[in-house]
Amino acid sequence: MASPYSKEQLLTMYRKMYLIRRFEERAGQQYTLGKIAGFCHLYIGQEAVAVGPNEALRPDDYMLSAYRDHGQPLARGSDAGMVMAELFGRGTGYSKGKGGSMHIFDIEHHFYGGYGIVGGQIPLAAGMAFASRYRNEDRVTVCYFGDAAANQGSFHETFNMASKWKLPVIYICENNRYGMGTAISRTSAVPEIHKRAAAYGMRGEPVDGMDCLKMYEAVKDAAAYCRAGKGPVLLEANTYRFRGHSMADPATYRSKQEVEEERKNDPIPKLRDYTLKQGLAQDAEFEAIEEEVKAVVDAAVKFADESPEPGLDELWRDTIVAEGEEDVRPRERVLGVKVTHWPKYPSGQELKVTWDLEPREQAEQADKKAGLSR
Amino acid sequence: MPELMYREALNQALAEEMERDANVFLIGEEVGRYNGAFKVSQGLLDRFGSARIIDAPISELGFAGMSVGAAMVGLRPVVEMMTWNFAILAMDQIVNNAAKLRHMSGGQLRCPIVFRGPGGAGGRLSSQHSQALEANYAHFPGLKVIAPATPADAKGMLKAAIRDENPVIMFEGERLYALKGEVPEGEHVVPIGKADVKREGTDVTIITWSRMYYFCMEAAEQLAQEGISAEVLDLRTLRPLDEEAILASVRKTNRVVIVEEGWALAGVGASVVDIIQSKAFDDLDAPVERVTGLDVNMSYAANLENATQPDAPKIIAAVKKVLYREGA
Repeated sequence: MASPYSKEQLLTMYRKMYLIRRFEERAGQQYTLGKIAGFCHLYIGQEAVAVGPNEALRPDDYMLSAYRDHGQPLARGSDAGMVMAELFGRGTGYSKGKGGSMHIFDIEHHFYGGYGIVGGQIPLAAGMAFASRYRNEDRVTVCYFGDAAANQGSFHETFNMASKWKLPVIYICENNRYGMGTAISRTSAVPEIHKRAAAYGMRGEPVDGMDCLKMYEAVKDAAAYCRAGKGPVLLEANTYRFRGHSMADPATYRSKQEVEEERKNDPIPKLRDYTLKQGLAQDAEFEAIEEEVKAVVDAAVKFADESPEPGLDELWRDTIVAEGEEDVRPRERVLGVKVTHWPKYPSGQELKVTWDLEPREQAEQADKKAGLSR
Repeated sequence: MPELMYREALNQALAEEMERDANVFLIGEEVGRYNGAFKVSQGLLDRFGSARIIDAPISELGFAGMSVGAAMVGLRPVVEMMTWNFAILAMDQIVNNAAKLRHMSGGQLRCPIVFRGPGGAGGRLSSQHSQALEANYAHFPGLKVIAPATPADAKGMLKAAIRDENPVIMFEGERLYALKGEVPEGEHVVPIGKADVKREGTDVTIITWSRMYYFCMEAAEQLAQEGISAEVLDLRTLRPLDEEAILASVRKTNRVVIVEEGWALAGVGASVVDIIQSKAFDDLDAPVERVTGLDVNMSYAANLENATQPDAPKIIAAVKKVLYREGA
């Protein structure tokens, strides 16, 4: 049977997964060299969970994540050098070195950040989806979080509102089975996170997070559902991190055998094998991509390493927005290129809100049924 | 000038700003069909519809965070907290997200949002419902904190807060909502960050904000009868503090009493004292006195509740102390 995917699609996904893998390996290496400090959570093993969904979305769909957040912006198309520079704490990073590994933001590519408080980004995503609904746009928001975030109140409070108000948001739970060093099954009454969607009358499905194409299909379908105004979707991407929780974690809470078993399930060779089997590309083409990506990552490390630290004058910027102050466009600031794709919204005078979140008739009927007159 | 209740002044500000800017919406518990727990949003659902006046579930963290997300992409949410006691549940979203987005994104994002609701003692509600929590928020860079005392300031400062490009925390008061005062019609915007001399005086400066303002004015009236001229400086904004106005008044009267409903330790008044001692030490003729809530939890019993809070007699005693007229 012919592949439903074009060669270009498959190679793009491969390139992006390989980029993330290579980037993270180099980030880990730079961490051990002392170039990167603080917490540094690597995405190695989970690449399919970022790349498949991104290819199923529009560039102007919103995305945000937790603190394991290097993979998603790279999938979106962020500049690898500027992401690496942020990890290095340099002024040429996306956030001028103020955020570091856990807080990558690239608004030009509609990546709305990595958040360091477990589950803290879950309500934000519903609010962004709310704004799209409020403005009558057909944009969707995709929000990543880890399995352990499903035990936070923010998860439950937000799912209730997102479902009740049918907000166009796709939640992707990256279930890598461990909340730091604690297996999710040890702390959860229902460790199959997708089942929890049922409590809020919302779609919830498991997906093989080690398969880029399955992630692609799941998000393509979920996005169409959201755009049709049917409400939010929870996807539980069952995945595995090949490394510890962060660079500081030797991961002694899992057996070598388990890790080795999971490594056999690596999403990158899996996509390569699929593409080869479909006869859509040759080995040489993959090798060329790998060489190209290695050069990109080498250049990213070099760029970060040669970049200066932020100036001390930066201390007093970006806490309060002064009157008339514009937003910073990182690639314009750092690389001097003209950034044209910056979010733009109708003014308060242009905007017409036509959404009736709780139709009056519906409310009055409910009152009537209850024998109330208000 | 028409006389309005504090709650009516807030209602007017909300309605005017929502008319002016369709990006503005109000969300909170009971704000819609119930017309507001304290009737601040009276009539707004009928006027603006259910997408702009939103009855939220009792999920303070959830709807606070949702509103921060909406502000990140250009809407201008006004989040009503039924009281600031309940907003403690939402503190993570306010402090870790709203206050830090501009910083974490290196200036890419802004978060124009207002969190507002009553603070301070509600009246016979015991400890969980009677807390002046403004000092907590005044602590955080990335936030602005306002606490207007009069209906005119309530209207003008809410309008300024809605137009501000930053997260603004607004403390109202359960016991302020029914108070009346003259309120300018239409475009009346009171800038954030500017204190106001509400009563001119020459002998002593009483610095305060929010509901304590009324006790200070009462004390000033009584002191006038004894020939003591008290200046009452209403800070109105607690972050950023209006240093200039504080120092100008201290240099004029050389004696200061600071009145704060909340607890003394790490209170806003402590920071005001710090400004004064470091920048106007030589202008002082007496150590600064503070009148604060007692360092205990609030009780239900009427006599205990009254004794816990500052009042005019306590303020008068403090004024006499800085004037060295104790027992006079």
